[in-house]
Amino acid sequence: MKNTDRLWSKIVLAPSIILLAIFVYGFIARTGYTSLTDWGNDPVQAMSLTPVIKFIGLQNYTDLFTGGLNVRFRQDMISTLFFTVFFIAGCLGLGLTLALMLDRNPRGEGLWRTIFLFPMSLSFIVTGTIWRWMLQPQGGLNQLLHLDPAKSEWLTSRGSILSFDWNKIPLITAAVVAVVLGVVAFQAMRAGQRTRTLVAAGCAALLLVWALFVGPNVKLLPAPELHGFNLAFIGIIIAAVWQMSGYTMALYLAGLRGIPEEIREAARVDGAGEWDTYRHVIFPLLAPITLSAMIVLGHISLKIFDLVFAMTGPDNAATDVPALLMYITSFRQNAFAVGAAIGTVLLLLVAVIIVPYLASQFKTEEAR
Amino acid sequence: MKNRTKTAIVTVTAAALLASAAQAAGKLEIFSWWAGDEGPALAALVKLYNAKYPSVTVDNATVTGGAGTNAKAVLKTRMLGGDPPDSFQAHAGQELTGTWVVAGRMEDLSSLYKSEGWASKFPKAVIDLISYKGGIYSVPVNVHRSNVMWYVPATLKKMGVTAPTSWSTFLTTCNKLKAKGMATPLVMGENWTQQMIWESVAVGVLGPKGWNDLWSGKLKFTDPRVVGVFTTYGKVLDCANKDAAGLSWQQATDRVLSGQAAFNIMGDWAAGYLTTTKKLKAGTDFAWSASPSTNGTFIMLADSFGLPKGAKDKTEVMNWLKLLGSKEGQDTFNPLKGSIAARTDSDLSKYSTYSQSAAKDWKSKVIVGSMVHGAAANEAFTSGFGSINDAFVSNRDAKAAAQAAQDLATKSKIGM
Repeated sequence: MKNTDRLWSKIVLAPSIILLAIFVYGFIARTGYTSLTDWGNDPVQAMSLTPVIKFIGLQNYTDLFTGGLNVRFRQDMISTLFFTVFFIAGCLGLGLTLALMLDRNPRGEGLWRTIFLFPMSLSFIVTGTIWRWMLQPQGGLNQLLHLDPAKSEWLTSRGSILSFDWNKIPLITAAVVAVVLGVVAFQAMRAGQRTRTLVAAGCAALLLVWALFVGPNVKLLPAPELHGFNLAFIGIIIAAVWQMSGYTMALYLAGLRGIPEEIREAARVDGAGEWDTYRHVIFPLLAPITLSAMIVLGHISLKIFDLVFAMTGPDNAATDVPALLMYITSFRQNAFAVGAAIGTVLLLLVAVIIVPYLASQFKTEEAR
Repeated sequence: MKNRTKTAIVTVTAAALLASAAQAAGKLEIFSWWAGDEGPALAALVKLYNAKYPSVTVDNATVTGGAGTNAKAVLKTRMLGGDPPDSFQAHAGQELTGTWVVAGRMEDLSSLYKSEGWASKFPKAVIDLISYKGGIYSVPVNVHRSNVMWYVPATLKKMGVTAPTSWSTFLTTCNKLKAKGMATPLVMGENWTQQMIWESVAVGVLGPKGWNDLWSGKLKFTDPRVVGVFTTYGKVLDCANKDAAGLSWQQATDRVLSGQAAFNIMGDWAAGYLTTTKKLKAGTDFAWSASPSTNGTFIMLADSFGLPKGAKDKTEVMNWLKLLGSKEGQDTFNPLKGSIAARTDSDLSKYSTYSQSAAKDWKSKVIVGSMVHGAAANEAFTSGFGSINDAFVSNRDAKAAAQAAQDLATKSKIGM
């Protein structure tokens, strides 16, 4: 009986496994391979019936990160980083505020919940179109608030803040990792784990030495190249937060409702004030929710395409993101290999967020 | 009542039978991005085709999206996947030759040009644009001019200026207007409309010969003359609005109408917008001149159709192309599309006031291809130049822009 059950489960699962293997993993592998070739770098070969495609190793990646013509890609990497940070912070902040307000059982709670959750039912394309109308120079928001269209450039600003030199990227990375390792070493020392302390401290010291003496001499580019947070992204961040903060609100509200009243009472009995209850009891209980919200929002923001396309179009470098650049590079410039390389970089970025999360989920499930 | 039902049934059956007969007789798939405002012009062509070849079913495979952004992506996946449409729209020039002809994907149409006697009907500059190594590869249906400057005569009169004819007088006019309180004498829209201004500046400064040398590789982008183009372009940008990235070309044109700006450089589809949508009278409510310093030149872009290798319905496509290139076909399509005929012998009485003047220019001026609209440079260059323009608008570094353009030209094999 048990054996036939097993057999059945395998037969039933087989088609989707085969389809996944081909259409997800097979295509990932194919894209990865394409990114190592020169397909489309020569316009003559791009669309040829029998293209001559050469294997060129990591050349496309080197060009993207250090080539003179790929300034836009590097700005996009920085933009996507800033966008992710502000988008997640905005969604978490607004979502938590809304959830805390609703948790006090205001009148018409159901209605408010629907209103706040409603934007999530729209697609990014719709959200983008609505907000483009609101934020364009002659658009709704400027007229509503009687702002001067020439000065309130929600989506068209060319300003940039928090700029830093791309050449310093290795240096900054090394310094950040060294600091993190230092913290790990400190914690291990306090916990009395000797080997761990020594390894972490050693690595941190090595990195610091590198950052101090070798790092400043590493030049990715011949000339300094400044990248920062483009102010034109503010409009897009507003729209994205409007769309997704309902989702974080729902998550937090579920979390808050899941906290038993006894715990709050116990805190009160112990003499904790309102704020202390939140700080020491409720927020720590919400931490896992924050983590999963960050994972979901993080991968949405790294892959974002449709919202930006709808709001500022594919040709606006000030609000460009890697996914848009991949589309333009592949389908307008016909540089398929470079497009594949950008896609692979995006996949790796998403993997950096998703894989540790999946691994930890997997571990807790096995532990059960 | 009963009788009527019977007739209806008979008619429907007959129609169904006819339709299936047509299916058997042949079909033709036309791939384009002509929808919306441009849809009726294509529909008129298809109607004309059906009147001549009633047994052929025409499959109008339109993919919407301005300037073909979406259609081109779909076309590329279809071509790479080995499923070419019977005939597809592509801008005449490098967009067609640099992508499809060099890749060996198109059939040579020289014999069609010979049998129809088109060599003398189309201007030589156009035939050169769509030729590659001795073959001719597409049939241009329409022509648009990209170097037109639009203005409202009343605004200029009020401000006491005239339409400038060279870039240097443009800059002095700009300063005059600024002094009189018009903050942005020139209005421009999103990226590609900015590039059209660059193109007008470049043709104006370099002249048609210098412009062509740029694309044949005889003139380098790093040449001081081309750096000068960027410098002048930078000065022109100082006259323009800062919120350009958020404006469509129509919104930019609206600012000229409202008097917020004096000039707008846009292709002549603007004439259609002004007369049809805005119901304005050409010559009095709005007027035009060639963009500064380009009075003797006609920067052209044209839509064309070709025959991809491996198309399933070759005879039908050849008939379609014959119709597109005929005087009758061009004069059916263009008045509706708001463009002029690529042929020089079209019947001008069918066209609007603006188009009549454009058609006259088409016959008399020096014709050069537009870079922005795929005539002069291949897609790799055109697409990359958008990023260079964007960087230049922000940092105004003429030398760096010229160097980047040269690197891009080398990489895109311009002039090789």
